[in-house]
Amino acid sequence: MTTVEEHLLPSAEPVCLIDQNGVPHDHPSYRLPTKEALLDGYTQLIRGRRFNDQASALVRQGRLAVYPSSFGQEACQLAATMVLRDSDWLFPTYRDTVSIMSRGVDPIETLTLLRGDWHCGYDPYEHKVAPQATPLATQLPHAVGVAHAARLKGEDTVVMALVGDGGTSEGDFHEALNFAAVFQAPVVFFIQNNEYAISVPLARQSAAPSLAHKGIGYGVPGERADGNDMAGLLAVLGQAVDKARAGEGPQLVEAHTYRVQAHTNADDASRYRQDDEVTPWLDRDPIARLTTYLEQQGWLSSEIRATAEAGAAEVAAQLRDGLMPEPSVDPADLFAHLYASETQQLREQAAFLRDELAREEA
Amino acid sequence: MTHTKISMAQALNQALRDAMTADESVVMFGEDVGALGGVFRITDGLTAEFGEQRCFDTPLAEAGIVGMAVGMAMNGMRPVVEMQFDAFGYPAFEQVVSHVAKMRNRTRGRVQLPMVIRIPYGGGIGGVEHHSDSSESYFAHTPGLTVVTPATVADAYGLLRKAIEFPDPVVFMEPKKLYWAKEEVDLTEAQPEIGKAVVRRDGADATLIAYGPAVPVALEAAEVAAAEGRQLTVVDLRSVAPLDDETVCAAVRRTGRAVVVAEASGFASVSSEIVARVTEKCFHSLAAPVRRVTAFDIPFPPPKLEKYQLPSVDRILDAVDDLQWEDS
Repeated sequence: MTTVEEHLLPSAEPVCLIDQNGVPHDHPSYRLPTKEALLDGYTQLIRGRRFNDQASALVRQGRLAVYPSSFGQEACQLAATMVLRDSDWLFPTYRDTVSIMSRGVDPIETLTLLRGDWHCGYDPYEHKVAPQATPLATQLPHAVGVAHAARLKGEDTVVMALVGDGGTSEGDFHEALNFAAVFQAPVVFFIQNNEYAISVPLARQSAAPSLAHKGIGYGVPGERADGNDMAGLLAVLGQAVDKARAGEGPQLVEAHTYRVQAHTNADDASRYRQDDEVTPWLDRDPIARLTTYLEQQGWLSSEIRATAEAGAAEVAAQLRDGLMPEPSVDPADLFAHLYASETQQLREQAAFLRDELAREEA
Repeated sequence: MTHTKISMAQALNQALRDAMTADESVVMFGEDVGALGGVFRITDGLTAEFGEQRCFDTPLAEAGIVGMAVGMAMNGMRPVVEMQFDAFGYPAFEQVVSHVAKMRNRTRGRVQLPMVIRIPYGGGIGGVEHHSDSSESYFAHTPGLTVVTPATVADAYGLLRKAIEFPDPVVFMEPKKLYWAKEEVDLTEAQPEIGKAVVRRDGADATLIAYGPAVPVALEAAEVAAAEGRQLTVVDLRSVAPLDDETVCAAVRRTGRAVVVAEASGFASVSSEIVARVTEKCFHSLAAPVRRVTAFDIPFPPPKLEKYQLPSVDRILDAVDDLQWEDS
């Protein structure tokens, strides 16, 4: 018989089903995912990593304004969507482009924001992916609203709401968890704790024993997982989604991972952390350990490797080809999407800009 | 339908009731809006009539309320939320400015947010601090928001019905001091269009441009002026964003003189925008500079001092007197 507190508190250690050496471990509450799920995870990791590498390369070539990479966090990015159904929603942040892409959103459209030709480049309804939130944690109350509306309509939608360690300091994080708990909204709040908010380390964000411990204050069950272990993440997030869908209310999951690269290309990480802090995390890479495990099981056939490589090559080519031409932008778009019916003031301002452009061309 | 005498609070309550009856995607939530019926009783009886799922209390957190409304609007509902008082709505400011206002724009029109944020606002009811702000200019300044404020019982009903049916988010500012004002109204009358002002009184000599709680004061001033031999037009903006330049400028051109009356502080406000627009568009019709009667640029005063802050009939008449009549 567990007490309420035991039910709400996370495991004593982050759940890890395959460790950094590729060794599997039993866990009293979570089972290793199936061979098929792990091979799918492997294929997606290879593709996600290539997406990150290619996007960073395109920043250096001037094809993207900026790219906040999830390099090293790909297991979190992909497990978060692998556990969802098509009818579920994803609420991503600016660092979650790989997650968005994995929902089926066109890779070029995922990068519209960071290329700078519009804000949100995709139709949020097509794959049920909300616009990327750049202000921190503001998307979390929206996730609660989508989930609550779904419940009122009798739909069994689950909402996966992503946030970082820095975002947990925001008031909207608190309000969203509290609202979700009070209304028993089917939301999985998934914290990717990568230890840094630009330059500020976790110790300056929170003195809590872990970010997953924050759940108990709201009556939300918290759990924590090794954020570089695809197997553990699939098990923990999968169970959280199942519980939310079954009517057990919101769930909080913290993944312990690490931002291996700088905040963005514009950031200089050497000003606030030493290389010897980063190096051990390279040994915990999510792809390496899963590859080792799959090889030891004898499951990583040459066909699967070829399939994974083909998927990665395809997405890299999509990015290179799609982002090479200058995007075409239309100044008339500036006024097109503010209101269902354009106001007189905007009509006048649009006409002003048209005249100005006509004079420049003349 | 026969005319009935009801208060603005009752008209708003009826508008919510009728909107919830007409469209089951309309939901109402906020602080104390359930069993209590709202601190001003605007949601009185709605939970009893429509159930806990349609009208409900939330935790005490305004950003959470508005943020949840964004998500519900994204997922097919028409949420109406109540900020309990003007100044208690400020915690929601980021949600309003960064998300409510921008969602249509940032998604190229793919995500629309048909939601209403109701805000009781303004002074004149003896409220202690943080209960009497006029916050409309913050919202009017924000592209993507539509900001509406009724000045009559009939408009309170009609504009709220229109706001709930509107495809875009509406900040609906309710003048607290008019909540208990009663009028004979016919709720089946045609409802005013959002974004359109109305001429409440016609007069050839000067135009008073007012909105919300300042409209009855302007009308009273026009009544006194008429007794003194000066005929004033009174324009009620109804919507402060978008501004109905056409109606405002037509009145100013007809009369050649104008005074803007607003309860908010004047600096960088809706009233200063009106003066700027009238000056830009009607300069050659003006016989005198456009004057303003606004609150001072001070925090809203304590109850015993608020009468000095609010626009009064005398201040309006003094401003009208200053419109360089000797030159004409």
